[in-house]
Amino acid sequence: MSSAQLEIQLIACLVAIACAIPGTFLVLRKMAMISDAISHSILPGLVIGFFLTEDLNSPWLILLAAVTGVITVVLVEYIQKTGLVKEDTAIGLVFPALFSIGVILIAKNANDVHLDVDAVLLGELAFAPFDRLIVNGVDIGAKSLWVIGSIVVVTLILLFTFFKELKVSTFDKQLAATLGFSPLVIHYGLMSVASVTTVGAFDAVGAILVVALMIAPAAMAYLLTNDLKKMLIIAVVSGVVSALIGYWVAHYLDASIAGSMTTVLGVLFLLVYLFAPSKGLISVVFRQKRQQVEVYLLTFMLHLQNHTEESERHINHLGEHINWGKMQSKTVLDLALKNNMIVIDDNIISLTEKGQGFTNKAIDYITTNSTVAIEEMKEDFFLFRG
Amino acid sequence: MNITEYFNLLFTDYTLQTITLGTAVLGALCGMLGSFAVLRKQSLLGDAISHAALPGIALAFLITGAKDSNTLLLGALVSGLVGTFWIRGIVKKTHLKTDTALGLILSLFFGFGMLLLTFIQKMPNANQAGLDKYLFGQAATLVASDVWTMCIIAGLSLLILLVFWKEFKLLLFDADYTKSLGFNVKFLDVLITFFIVISIVVGLQTVGVVLMSAMLLAPAAAARQWTNSLSVMVVLAAIFGAFSGVFGTAISASSNNLSTGPVIVLIAAVFVLFSFVFSPKRGLLFREIRYRNNRKDLELNKTLAFMYQIVESHDNIDHPHAIKILNNFHGFTRKSLQKLEDRELITVTKTMWSLTEKGFTTAANLYNQLEENE
Repeated sequence: MSSAQLEIQLIACLVAIACAIPGTFLVLRKMAMISDAISHSILPGLVIGFFLTEDLNSPWLILLAAVTGVITVVLVEYIQKTGLVKEDTAIGLVFPALFSIGVILIAKNANDVHLDVDAVLLGELAFAPFDRLIVNGVDIGAKSLWVIGSIVVVTLILLFTFFKELKVSTFDKQLAATLGFSPLVIHYGLMSVASVTTVGAFDAVGAILVVALMIAPAAMAYLLTNDLKKMLIIAVVSGVVSALIGYWVAHYLDASIAGSMTTVLGVLFLLVYLFAPSKGLISVVFRQKRQQVEVYLLTFMLHLQNHTEESERHINHLGEHINWGKMQSKTVLDLALKNNMIVIDDNIISLTEKGQGFTNKAIDYITTNSTVAIEEMKEDFFLFRG
Repeated sequence: MNITEYFNLLFTDYTLQTITLGTAVLGALCGMLGSFAVLRKQSLLGDAISHAALPGIALAFLITGAKDSNTLLLGALVSGLVGTFWIRGIVKKTHLKTDTALGLILSLFFGFGMLLLTFIQKMPNANQAGLDKYLFGQAATLVASDVWTMCIIAGLSLLILLVFWKEFKLLLFDADYTKSLGFNVKFLDVLITFFIVISIVVGLQTVGVVLMSAMLLAPAAAARQWTNSLSVMVVLAAIFGAFSGVFGTAISASSNNLSTGPVIVLIAAVFVLFSFVFSPKRGLLFREIRYRNNRKDLELNKTLAFMYQIVESHDNIDHPHAIKILNNFHGFTRKSLQKLEDRELITVTKTMWSLTEKGFTTAANLYNQLEENE
């Protein structure tokens, strides 16, 4: 592995960390699309910064672009506050307009420089090591490494300093305001960090990958845990892992690093989406099915209790009476038999004592809606699942 | 070439005619369907779908090896639809919110598309040049067959809208009620989403991935400000969209180095800005004027209520009082007294004022209301 390769991987990992932290809060605050908006609307800031400084590597570019990012957020909020359109429409109006201004500025004025829209939107990590930071004639590493590195350090310092404030204001704005933290300051602080991260990162990896690195790891973490600290850690780790795998996939396919990192993120997200223990698709569908069967069982037993006459309780008539398909009634019958809730005597079904007691409790719960009943019911339901 | 020359050329130049017609039809189509996207709170769906279409375009090219725009659009349509339904799946089955789902699909699909594009760029087949026009859009590459495709799709969606108009309208404003009436809500939902996806896909070639969402939203958001009626809104949005297309093409054609997509989007943004400020009922300008008038009326009423208190202790309503005694109360000016006089609520003679009959009853009612509210 050459030192350039090492540097690329290091930059990729740092970008992943820098994105995952604000990304987690954006996802929790239901503001994920703001990262997409910022990543596009900083273009005019970059272009104007370039016209003013004539230098693509000037720190003023980053600063101006970050300011444009915050302006985007302010504009979106202003438009939303007028009540003329909803928040998502406000986002959808602001960033294409700003992006268009950026594209037109570039097309009109910057023909002879290598500031083109493709590079800005797509980025190329492979070129990052060629742009060195030289202090007093000594090469001290790739410039992106230092830019991203300092962003990571600042983000981490802010995260540790304001963790409590961030946590409270994310989950309970009112409480945060009562406790005396200004949610507004936290909000704009977060937006500024997201803006600076986007600007710092997209030079290396492109706008779209910034969005992917902000949202996808946080979304995965959200499906895996309910704890904010764990969520942050999982987001950072999955971001770093996909950055590394993505780099090597790109290396073997000889393809775009940003593209393959995103693709790896996509595959990882798909896996988590399908197989996450309690929030994944499979377990959700499974749980919904089971709850459905439980509700059917309850309806079935209530029906049995309501009818003393034998004709109503004949096994062949049940399907007709409660309108179930054959499969369904069989599942429910088997479940009830297994739990000793019913007995079948000469094709006539009757409730056992246990079934009777259970049904009474259920009626009790349905009619009085008292929580005591449901607590006990829950335990009984767990019996079914065994 | 300036704008007038452009419009002169428009009648003779075939290419210009094609492009202008194309952007106009696209604008109208997007405005029409965008109204539904905006009202259904699916504004950012356009952004997500236009990004999600990229891998479809790349895959279609990889499979067929041809750059036929209809094949590529078909690929875009398929991957756009896959993206849309995955977004629905995420929102319905997991705890993730809509915005996260949109951002996920948008960035992940687009990233995968980029991977495929770099793959294609390395293929020996030199035919791949021009695939990136879908990223930023190039109205200049529109040919007659593309415009035909757009016209057919616009016609189809118009037909569908007309046939299912009542159902769509009901679905927009009360989905549960629609369901309880026995309409197939799922079918309607899929139908309208399907057409929104199609309109996004046909627009990709003209304005590009990033700006497509604005094409969908801006005309609709502008139209929304002028009316509360769905049919008027849809028609207005289609008109705004078509105008943005035509003007955008005209401006970009009459100047060097101006790509059409961004100009169209900026024109649409100007429509939005104008509507936000100047629409009579919802616009910010008239709203501000209404607020000011209300505030002034409130001031006048305060003065009037104060006068009433003074007059109440006299038998004679039009007993004159010195303006000076109002001095401890700061709610009046020479102008506001003049206004009260204009409304025939008081009469002012030199330094004295007195309430008229009308002023007295008005003030009495005002006062009663105040007391009731307390």
